[in-house]
Amino acid sequence: MRDRVGPLVDELREVCRQVARRVQLMEVCGTHTVAVFRSGLRSMLPENLRLVSGPGCPVCVTAQRHIDAAIELASRSDVMLATYGDMMRVPGRLGSLERQRAQGATVRVVNSARTALDLARENPDRPVVFLGVGFETTAPATAATVLEADRDKIENFSVLMCHKLVVPAMLALLKVGDVPLDGFLAPGHVSVIIGAAAYRPIADEHRRPIVVAGFEPEQIVRGLLSLVRQVAEGRAAVENVYAAVVTDDGNRVALDLLDRVFVPADTPWRALGVIPGSGLELAPKYQRFDALRRFEIEVGEDEDHPQCRCGEVITGRVEPAECPAFGQRCTPIDPIGPCMVSSEGTCAAWYKYGQGVEGRRGQGGKGRRSGAGEQAAGGRR
Amino acid sequence: MCLAVPAKIIECDGNQAVADLQGNTLRISTTLTPDVTPGDWVLIHAGFSITKLAEAEARQTWDYLRLALGGDAEGVLGVEPDGGASP
Repeated sequence: MRDRVGPLVDELREVCRQVARRVQLMEVCGTHTVAVFRSGLRSMLPENLRLVSGPGCPVCVTAQRHIDAAIELASRSDVMLATYGDMMRVPGRLGSLERQRAQGATVRVVNSARTALDLARENPDRPVVFLGVGFETTAPATAATVLEADRDKIENFSVLMCHKLVVPAMLALLKVGDVPLDGFLAPGHVSVIIGAAAYRPIADEHRRPIVVAGFEPEQIVRGLLSLVRQVAEGRAAVENVYAAVVTDDGNRVALDLLDRVFVPADTPWRALGVIPGSGLELAPKYQRFDALRRFEIEVGEDEDHPQCRCGEVITGRVEPAECPAFGQRCTPIDPIGPCMVSSEGTCAAWYKYGQGVEGRRGQGGKGRRSGAGEQAAGGRR
Repeated sequence: MCLAVPAKIIECDGNQAVADLQGNTLRISTTLTPDVTPGDWVLIHAGFSITKLAEAEARQTWDYLRLALGGDAEGVLGVEPDGGASP
């Protein structure tokens, strides 16, 4: 693998040299963020190539008000809340789901929406609420599960809908326009579902190159090379270096399922506010599975921790080291923001791989280089 | 959370299947890839296969995951017998 990556990095350096200015690219996906660190690529990048993180970690972009709604649901004595493990430690205004569980709430960690539905079948006397987070990679699983609940009349099952769509968020970032971006590395496995063609508005309307890449080091460098080449040539196109897995049209079955079960909705993102058409709600036929409706939960406002700059981190406005809490008040063991909680969060990746923590680590008395990082990356359930 | 992992389909029953993920047996849904048959390689995410892929690509992806995650790839990915891949 390395012998293929080396020449590609050399080529990347050469093209960057030709550009002769700083090139700022956004890796949208949290898995890319981590892969860039893990593979050691970050330290091999040319000096004038800067990679910033984007709003592509589902845990990090979930608005605090939705965490609060999940905690409110979990606090009801009859409710069993089922969630992907990544969400357990995300702090809301009144603590986390993990804390709720410690205080007696029934919170179950599941690996699939279907496991949550199984819990509903096994516990017909208890309402089971599934916390539906994730982008287009994950949303079809929720859609298929809702259809199954509808077919089998599992009426004690419902979903707290927090699913989000990647492209509207990228377009919203470009419309705000305060972060200089020369191009995007598009998320590999979201693209399996939506297809490379879904990114055309970014290239056609906003004149930014965008390249779909997988997560292996060779894939990432090929993606960056394709982006910087486009910058050098003044082009803006959608390119796909992950064509072995990602097609132009995506997974039609999954997309049809999303269209059938959900409708686009305006939804709040951490730091980005409400973005029109960037979320998914249950279509009228399936609204009885909507947990917010069923339990008449009023979604409030976000009140993020005053020191937390996660919102600026996931929009490429600041790097984790620019946050005063990073590595001190906020560590993987005792996080105040979601980017330090999630295994794919930018702050957790920076912390784990020692970026920007020199002179900070341990000052809060809770950071440990390897132990904390392993816990952050493991996300074990 | 958007990471999908490669596995090989062992047997199919309607829109359910048993898949082999490096020796771990998983029950998955094939609703999103209805044309899979035993012997196919797929990417699995949140208990669902989301696409077919060539064996060479699958093996390359798994090699990378193993390299990147160390000797505890299955644990890190949240794979448990008859469970599902971590979302």
